[in-house]
Amino acid sequence: MKKIDTNNNVYTIIYATVIVVIVALLLAVVSSALKPKQQANVELDIKKQILSSLNLDLAGQDVDALYEKIISVDTIAMVQDKTGADVPQVVYLATLDDGSRKYIIPMRGAGLWGAIWGYLALNDDKNTIYGTFFNHDSETPGLGGEIATRGFQTRFNDKHINGVKGLLLEIVKGEAQGEQVQAISGATITSKGVEAMINSTLADYKDFLGAQVQLAEPEVEIQVADSVAENEQIEK
Amino acid sequence: MALSQKTKETLLGPLSANNPVIVQILGICSALAVTVQLKPALVMSIAVTIIVAMSNVVISLIRNTIPMRIRIIVQLVVVAALVTLVSEVLKAFAYDVAVQLSVYIGLIITNCILMGRLEAFAMSNGVWDSFLDGLGNGLGYGIILVIVAFFRELLGSGTLMGFQVIPQWCYEHGYVNNGMMMMPAMALILVGCIIWVHRSVSDKK
Repeated sequence: MKKIDTNNNVYTIIYATVIVVIVALLLAVVSSALKPKQQANVELDIKKQILSSLNLDLAGQDVDALYEKIISVDTIAMVQDKTGADVPQVVYLATLDDGSRKYIIPMRGAGLWGAIWGYLALNDDKNTIYGTFFNHDSETPGLGGEIATRGFQTRFNDKHINGVKGLLLEIVKGEAQGEQVQAISGATITSKGVEAMINSTLADYKDFLGAQVQLAEPEVEIQVADSVAENEQIEK
Repeated sequence: MALSQKTKETLLGPLSANNPVIVQILGICSALAVTVQLKPALVMSIAVTIIVAMSNVVISLIRNTIPMRIRIIVQLVVVAALVTLVSEVLKAFAYDVAVQLSVYIGLIITNCILMGRLEAFAMSNGVWDSFLDGLGNGLGYGIILVIVAFFRELLGSGTLMGFQVIPQWCYEHGYVNNGMMMMPAMALILVGCIIWVHRSVSDKK
């Protein structure tokens, strides 16, 4: 058998072409074959995340059925995104087993390394936080990644989005008092990202939330509200 | 079936005497990144083991046809294709794991152990030996990852696999988790300690 000269230029070019075509074909086939399955997983995961904000234990549950049963999607307004296109601003309505209604607001923001997002569940007074869910793309495990744990998420429960200081929610270092929420030590930027995400989302939803967030609407009024709140505290 | 001496050497050598992380100092970068907690370290070890073994087999199969001048590129294409495959399959059938590993799966492509084994072993050895070599090196890498992650999670968060193992009364009596363990620098120091222990033990033999 004649041995092929594998260092020949023509052979090298043909070899590279063939390898690349084979690999590209293989990946394209696998990718399109698995696409529907992956898409279903992503959708299921979103439903799971929404339900998680209601403090439900999802282990062993049929998430699809549960979601169908208690969640309905409500478009409250059309808003313009960065490109100027109209996108619906949605609120998820949840009716729990005990008959109580919760509003779930989707949130998006930036952490230290990448995107963070979450869902904020409010009682029907549109003020008390019933539950939260946060997740992240690439925050440091054990530090910023802790926002995805129940331990951090439950710190928000029963806080009010119209806090005592006349501000929206804030995240503080050290022991939290009153309406404050304790940040994650060692993950200042991620904590700040969560805070900014919640506050900007609440501002976006101010029409829906009504009176609860009016204090944070224009920049000037925040300062007025702040100083009023401080004066009140001094008077007390 | 008794393993021959050479087979044994290929499979078990990388676990200790020829360990890719602590003897050849390869794959340190990912060993620092994924060892904050035990669970991602375990999954990463399994993923790397599968991919090293599979890419070793593929490269060994086509080793006689690869033009020498573009062999690194061909190796890279094979590794990248396998990593993408594994990542796609995980996303379809084990979505939770895929989400947890996020960027790390992609980073396997840059793991020096892979290219190191392909270049040093699979290019010049048979398919079966290459498969064993990949398996051994993947496991050798995994052992170190798990040891480092064990200490980092235990001392850094007081948990193992996410479960609390350091009892609450320790914290009440003033015990604090070591925040340093969360930093990648501590992983390097731990790897250094492992190398130290490993050298002093194997020198005595």
